[in-house]
Amino acid sequence: MRYLPLTDTDRSAMLNVIGVQSIDDLFMDVPVEAQLATKIDGLPDHASELAVERHMGKLARKNMVAGDVPFFLGAGAYRHHVPASVDHLIQRGEFLTAYTPYQPEIAQGTLQVLFEFQTQVARLFGCDVANASMYDGSTACWEAIGMARRITRRGKALLSSGLHPHYVSVARTMARFTGDQLVYTTPRVDAEPDIQTLIDAIDGDTSCVVVQYPDILGRIGDLSALAAKAHAAGALLIAVVTEPVALGAITPPGDMGADIVVGEGQSIGVGLQFGGPYLGLFACKQKYVRQMPGRLCGETVDAEGKRGFVLTLSTREQHIRREKATSNICTNSGLCALAFSIHMTLLGERGLTDLAALNHARAVQAAEALEAVPGVRLLNSSFFNEFTILLDQDAREVARALADRDILGGVSLGRLFPDAAELSGGLVVAVTETTTEDDIAALCGGLKEVLA
Amino acid sequence: MSRYFTDEHEWIDVDGDIATVGITDYAQEQLGDIVFVELPAEGAKFDKGDDAAVVESVKAASDVYAPISGEVVEANAALEEEPALVNSDPEEDGWFFKLRIADTAELEGLMDEAAYRKFVAGL
Amino acid sequence: MTMLKEGRPTRPVALAQDKATANPTITGNKALMLEEALIFEIGSHETTGVDIAPAPQVKSRLGGLERRKPIALPGLSEPETVRHYTRLSRQNYGIDLGFFPLGSCTMKHNPRLNEKMARLPGFADIHPLQPQSTVQGALAVIHELAEWLVTLTGMHSVAMSPKAGAHGELCGLLAIRAALEARGDARSVVLVPESAHGTNPATAAFCGYAVEDIPATPEGRVDLAALKARLGPDVAAVMITNPNTCGLFERDLRTISEAVHAAGGFVYCDGANFNAIVGRVRPGDLGVDAMHINLHKTFSTPHGGGGPGSGPVVFSEALSPYAPLPFVEKTADGHVLIEEETAGEHHAGSFGRMVAFHGQMGMFTRALTYIMSHGADGLRQVSEDAVLNANYILRSLEDVLDAPFAASGPCMHEALFSDKGMAEGFTTLDIAKGLIDEGFHPMTVYFPLVVHGAMLVEPTETEGKAALDQFIVALRSVAQRANAGDAALKGAPYFAPRRRLDETLAARKPVLVWTEPEAVAEAAE
Repeated sequence: MRYLPLTDTDRSAMLNVIGVQSIDDLFMDVPVEAQLATKIDGLPDHASELAVERHMGKLARKNMVAGDVPFFLGAGAYRHHVPASVDHLIQRGEFLTAYTPYQPEIAQGTLQVLFEFQTQVARLFGCDVANASMYDGSTACWEAIGMARRITRRGKALLSSGLHPHYVSVARTMARFTGDQLVYTTPRVDAEPDIQTLIDAIDGDTSCVVVQYPDILGRIGDLSALAAKAHAAGALLIAVVTEPVALGAITPPGDMGADIVVGEGQSIGVGLQFGGPYLGLFACKQKYVRQMPGRLCGETVDAEGKRGFVLTLSTREQHIRREKATSNICTNSGLCALAFSIHMTLLGERGLTDLAALNHARAVQAAEALEAVPGVRLLNSSFFNEFTILLDQDAREVARALADRDILGGVSLGRLFPDAAELSGGLVVAVTETTTEDDIAALCGGLKEVLA
Repeated sequence: MSRYFTDEHEWIDVDGDIATVGITDYAQEQLGDIVFVELPAEGAKFDKGDDAAVVESVKAASDVYAPISGEVVEANAALEEEPALVNSDPEEDGWFFKLRIADTAELEGLMDEAAYRKFVAGL
Repeated sequence: MTMLKEGRPTRPVALAQDKATANPTITGNKALMLEEALIFEIGSHETTGVDIAPAPQVKSRLGGLERRKPIALPGLSEPETVRHYTRLSRQNYGIDLGFFPLGSCTMKHNPRLNEKMARLPGFADIHPLQPQSTVQGALAVIHELAEWLVTLTGMHSVAMSPKAGAHGELCGLLAIRAALEARGDARSVVLVPESAHGTNPATAAFCGYAVEDIPATPEGRVDLAALKARLGPDVAAVMITNPNTCGLFERDLRTISEAVHAAGGFVYCDGANFNAIVGRVRPGDLGVDAMHINLHKTFSTPHGGGGPGSGPVVFSEALSPYAPLPFVEKTADGHVLIEEETAGEHHAGSFGRMVAFHGQMGMFTRALTYIMSHGADGLRQVSEDAVLNANYILRSLEDVLDAPFAASGPCMHEALFSDKGMAEGFTTLDIAKGLIDEGFHPMTVYFPLVVHGAMLVEPTETEGKAALDQFIVALRSVAQRANAGDAALKGAPYFAPRRRLDETLAARKPVLVWTEPEAVAEAAE
């Protein structure tokens, strides 16, 4: 076994030192009837690298690779080009095979990265502080709702109809057990996001308003009036960003008054990976920092007075507070946070701004081209790199028919909202810097065929 | 004004119907460097034994109980900026909160200073 | 007030005879050990390490929300970026570098084949919402791994989506609560042993349960009599870690499960320590109803400096109907992902969705690669070698370090020591910092809480005898120094990139983001 260094000679020498006859003696506390006498039946034995590679390679080839075809899927996960140096650097063993930095003297690498990451996220979102990351956008969103409950001591959260429906599902799962009241309806077929509806719904019981920016249909709305109304009613505004590249082009939610900004960081540095691991982003105003869930890295000094970093404010966390913790979360998404931070460092202000401009321009080109296809109508009045088109057919079927032509044309609203018949003609189309003019032409051509 | 102590290492100064509450020098020494104190809001009402405040060191968070029933009339805002006061001056400037006493009978049976020092010496 | 104290100094003490850095350099660098400034100090807003094609001219559709002020994100060119992160990486300890015996964390070797397989474009470059016909291979990976996990644990089904161990605990308890609600049985209490991971009570409280401690016997196991006495119609579940956090197998688990089931409750097993028994014991045979499996522990997916983890949960037949969405089913027509759209008819009892997509796919490919590499025979050897290595350490060090449960028999995959017998003023922390200077990552310290000054050593099966012997020599020396009261040990580490750090300062005045020095100066005025 290539991963097991002990030889039989080692094993018997060690058993001697321990003073037992056999390995079985070390399992003496396990009741005999609970022990398997031999290896488990019906499972294959160990395999060589080559054999495993063949098997996995075969499975991998059964999938349609995004990079091989015209590709337009988004809805919470985006395909961007990740510079080669990102993957090289995260595979350095000192990052890849390190643990949570509990011994800060020998974990300054991870800790400094987290400090830089927290600063990058806070600045991108227009917030004062950010944590060291969470599981993904959906869990970060739920954690923000819980945090708003603790701060306001109210239990009613208003969820925008433009919030990713899977994020809504996650919140509903949790709320069923915590007793939070969630007010939510599926989106209407409307060119504008539902900001005015949310403003009208805020009352004295509202803990928070949760609004996605840009929303699930790609629409963008000014959050300032919503923030003002929420604050006047003693509620918090939570903004959810599933495509952080957008903030290279549009005003960040923090600048419009959001109290907590959470998001999915996958689109910077992480890659699609069929949905995970991804990267939950979480930022807020300074005054709420002690109610924040998740790990935090802070600056300090060592015994010689040199700057250094440690995990801090850990008394909020489960290993100390146990049943009084702000969250049960134990792990963050460290390696994905590293990938995000490296990619963001490579981009810098200029790169991110240019990247966002290119994404938007390509999306505008695509939207214009698609609008010219008979049977296609553009829903949005505004968008960043993702928009919704309305078809006069079931978009689920259209997406499958396009896939049969080797075009991954978008995410159908029917898949996201299976119960909302009025949305069944909607297809959410994402366009990034990886999309070429040929891809756009292929999508238009495919749609023409399928819709004809 | 008279001072009482509890076996939960809290002290209470009684002045009329107002009680000032803090933790003892022994308690702060046991807890180590205090980094944060979470204080109750003005107007909060507690029964004796309720969780009233949280005092945090780097590695631990400890609950401070209301030693007697009452309504919070003031919390020590100085602790928000300077939690280290609990270490440097626990039994004076490092006080936590003031209560309007609901039932003076609850003061009976608490220790005086001498009794508390003896109690601590026996730990 | 409660008096929680851990006896763990959190700010460094200046020592008179401190071996302060001799011959300081002008740069602060020490040959191969290079200091590195923050990106905010070395980067600029004009620099970029990515060449991006110019954007075609179009009419903006941003709805008038164009960004109006700079983000203030520094950029670095590619060479500067590579150097920045390479230098930072060298300030980290990792398994690739040396022995990392962090108890309860199972820091084993991370095979590079796993990394290579996870990066195949067929897995790395596919979108979670692609039509199912285009991701049959990915669904097959999830299904194959699920089958292995169910078989290895002897359970009935598995929920693959939880993102980490604590998330898996949440999944298990939510299923238990859903099952109880489905039978109209409102129970309010979850029993958790004193020695449990802190996540157990945090999770139970999060699910709305009151948490009560189960006491331990003097030999470090759950007190069966006390547990049985507490069972009743209000107890929803008992959460047990097996092997437990003292490194001991809970011999009575089968009896405990029977008693809990008889009282109408469920048994949750924290599977963090599955590495000790994989291939030798199936939790399903012990009456467990739900158990999470940390793929990043037992199945070698990398810890990455704190995640991502992955925490699939295996369920008994009784809990399976309540498992979360989505999941993969194999049918005659191929693999099907059961989501909201299709769940209605199949899976009405599901308690819902826990994550946006399907779980940690990148970890599934790695774990499946690892499991196939080992096979049924290799996995059994894994637990045997892990237990052998831990017992070798226990018996090689019990004469210099107090081992509170050593007399009662062998340990499982980790050896537990305490600070008893050290000279006045010396603590577990000093042992940990002394080990750093000797070139080892310290063991888990101050956990489990039931042992004063606990030191939990988990070597895992991927250490050879030579590595263990080196560690034993080093720990023996550091322990002897602590027992003898060697004052120099209080200053350790001396040779790490940083000396002991002031955690009190960090917590009193939290600095969580970088601020331009001018802004700091202005704020002070």
